[in-house]
Amino acid sequence: MATATDAHGHSHGHDHHDHKPGFVARWLFSTNHKDIGTLYLIFSAFAACIGVGLSVLMRIELQEPGMQIFADGQMWNAFVTAHGVVMVFFVVMPALIGGFGNWFVPIMIGAPDMAFPRLNNISFWLLVPAFLLAVGSMFVGEGAGTGWTLYPPLASIEFHPSMSMDMALFALHLAGASSLLGAANFITTIFNMRAPGMTMHKMPLFAWAMLVTAFLLLLSVPVLAGAITMLITDRMFGTAFFKPEGGGDPVLFQHLFWFFGHPEVYIMILPGFGIISHVISTFSRKPIFGYLGMAYAMVAIGVVGFVVWAHHMFTSGIDVDTRAYFMAATMVIAVPTGIKIFSWIATMWGGSIQFRVPMLFATGFIALFTVGGVTGVKLANAGVDTILHNTYFVVAHFHYVLSLGAVFSIFAGFYYWIGKMSGRQYPEFWGKVHFWMLFIGANLIFFPQHFLGAQGMPRRYPDYPDAFWGWNFVSSIGAYIAAASMLVFFYVCWRTFTSGEKLAGNYWGEGATTLEWQVSSPPPFHTFEELPRIR
Amino acid sequence: MRRVIGRWFGKASGLALAGLWGALGLFGPALAQEGAQGTGGIVGSEPTALGAPVPWGIGLQGAGGPVKVAIGNFNSLVLWIIVAITIFVLVLLSWCVWRYRASVNKTPSRTSHNTLLEIAWTVVPVLILVVIAIPSFRLIYYEDRARDADMTINVQGRQWYWHYEYPDNGGFAFDSRPIPEEDLKPGQLRNLTVDEPLVIPVGANIRILTTGQDVIHSFFVPSLGVQKYTIPGRTLETWFRADRPGTFYGQCNQICGTNHWFMPIEVRAVPKEEFQAWVEEAKKKYAQAGAPAVAEAAAAEPVLRLAADRR
Repeated sequence: MATATDAHGHSHGHDHHDHKPGFVARWLFSTNHKDIGTLYLIFSAFAACIGVGLSVLMRIELQEPGMQIFADGQMWNAFVTAHGVVMVFFVVMPALIGGFGNWFVPIMIGAPDMAFPRLNNISFWLLVPAFLLAVGSMFVGEGAGTGWTLYPPLASIEFHPSMSMDMALFALHLAGASSLLGAANFITTIFNMRAPGMTMHKMPLFAWAMLVTAFLLLLSVPVLAGAITMLITDRMFGTAFFKPEGGGDPVLFQHLFWFFGHPEVYIMILPGFGIISHVISTFSRKPIFGYLGMAYAMVAIGVVGFVVWAHHMFTSGIDVDTRAYFMAATMVIAVPTGIKIFSWIATMWGGSIQFRVPMLFATGFIALFTVGGVTGVKLANAGVDTILHNTYFVVAHFHYVLSLGAVFSIFAGFYYWIGKMSGRQYPEFWGKVHFWMLFIGANLIFFPQHFLGAQGMPRRYPDYPDAFWGWNFVSSIGAYIAAASMLVFFYVCWRTFTSGEKLAGNYWGEGATTLEWQVSSPPPFHTFEELPRIR
Repeated sequence: MRRVIGRWFGKASGLALAGLWGALGLFGPALAQEGAQGTGGIVGSEPTALGAPVPWGIGLQGAGGPVKVAIGNFNSLVLWIIVAITIFVLVLLSWCVWRYRASVNKTPSRTSHNTLLEIAWTVVPVLILVVIAIPSFRLIYYEDRARDADMTINVQGRQWYWHYEYPDNGGFAFDSRPIPEEDLKPGQLRNLTVDEPLVIPVGANIRILTTGQDVIHSFFVPSLGVQKYTIPGRTLETWFRADRPGTFYGQCNQICGTNHWFMPIEVRAVPKEEFQAWVEEAKKKYAQAGAPAVAEAAAAEPVLRLAADRR
């Protein structure tokens, strides 16, 4: 990785003659990668309030057996769908890719901005109507009650006759277009705009992570777009792509959806991998252990991630030999993931580790991602997945890798970079309170769900047999703690922006070596008036 | 420096193993405890005559037949492996956190490569995966279909009840609906008990053919080790066997609309003679009910409707 001593010609001589445009031009017509990154982060925080709010309502419902606050199963199903879609497309992706990606990829590779600044602007603004459509679908007709997987025939016009399903589908179309434009932008930026001397093999791991993520987006999102377009024409124009009565096949949709859906889960976690690498290295005051192995492990995860999709369909009637292949391919992913986990630990090994808030989140990430990873190895085995598929075991598994993995990496990135982005430091004490509340809360929510799933509790249930009560109650208590930690987080933000201590360029000291630490905090409106040279 | 790191890794591995065995010694018996009425046990291959979740249960449900026994055995293998891996990683991580905190280790090492280590943590996971994969392949081929099926039952998921047909026993068919909470009798399980359970003979290999009628449902009975989607336009095959008389519950496990949560499955395994008696009774009972039901089903069949007729 490029280190502090490698960079030359950075902007010390830079006087602060930033020509910042006025409010409307700066925030509505923004073409500056840092401003767009900020917009993405604010958007993500706002969407997170809604996504978390939905989950709290769901946990209130599940706290006791019987129907508590939901009118019926359809309303519940609409909440389940909205929670999934909001969290995936409007919280995790905007924060990691649009937010931190936009902010730091250009700076880390020594580029003055993204390759296509106006494209960058429209990627953000496509997300806003997408979000409105997704949330709006809950209030129209019967609501889109299919889960985020949108399987027909449930998603067809017979079973979802109102406009709500079309709104949800169109929301995904817009969000997908937004992601595609963003992906093209990142790939072009990273391939063409690296500063002189910044070879691929010197590029920071976060930039590597974003490059792999962008390729996954570029290759998977069009498949989703095709699938939901076919779904829309099935609904609206009498085609029969997924209708058996017209010669179509509902299982075809599952193949198309998961061809997108499985890379999508890596899209959500790979940028987090990048952030965790930076945080671990910074606070251990050591270079990343096995840099090349780390970079190519991500490439391997990305490549193999494209050939494992049918492990989501082990009970859909695919042939047993097909199951055997997808099982084997899925387990292979454990190898590069293991390389990453062990390399992070080896980076800490022998280090001089300071447990500031970002490092707490990163350490928590490694521990919890490991739990989510090994349950994935178990689920990969079609034989046992027969009775775990669609149960709470799966819910626990993917929340360990996403809610405790991707979200922890978002917070690690937030605490790591908020001083860089805002020029003010967060309050350490409240950051730690936030971490411990989220850590305890999220584990309380999701660990008991392994037990519920093993016992056979199906997912997407608003009411359950009484035997499932105990662990559901514990899980709900955890949800309230985790939701309260959000309030602490917003308090942290408020304290940071109002009374945070003003910061120098590199406030983390010698461990922080990438280019963003060579510029002031916050960086000037135009980061590099003159390209840095990396040796 | 490389040697130092290697030594620490060696020591830590020893510690981790020691910790692991300690933890297994402490929690193993507690987790693996058996008993159908207890917490269920974590291993999930102990025989049971009641296939239902238990309060505060943490493991798989007990086993009603050989498929579930095989799944349970494989599950315990994988479970202990992943518990061991998790403890190993957590011990390494805790060791780093404790030993290399800034207050004790003021000067960080600059080590960033160790080829041997990197090869080791690539190859060892591969070997572990091979250990998992071999029995796993055997399991999926065993689960796939009945080699010598004694009888076939057609299962159809419908919004929001189950439709069972016995083609080998006279072709009668009936619907199975959940019992609403207000009609439950003492001993019946809320959201699990149904009015007309799926009755099977003990010891018979049952071939299950699933089809869909409206949307996708999933026929899921954990204690018999069986789950298959019911997909419109397709017929999927799976199998199970109950080795002892008992009642085995399951639930629809693929989101299927507003009452997705209220279409449970109840499988009652009875001795062969009792099953024959039930068949004779069922033939009469569902003979009248069966004919109109079939007609009604055909009328509701979306297959017959043209896409253009919809609006």
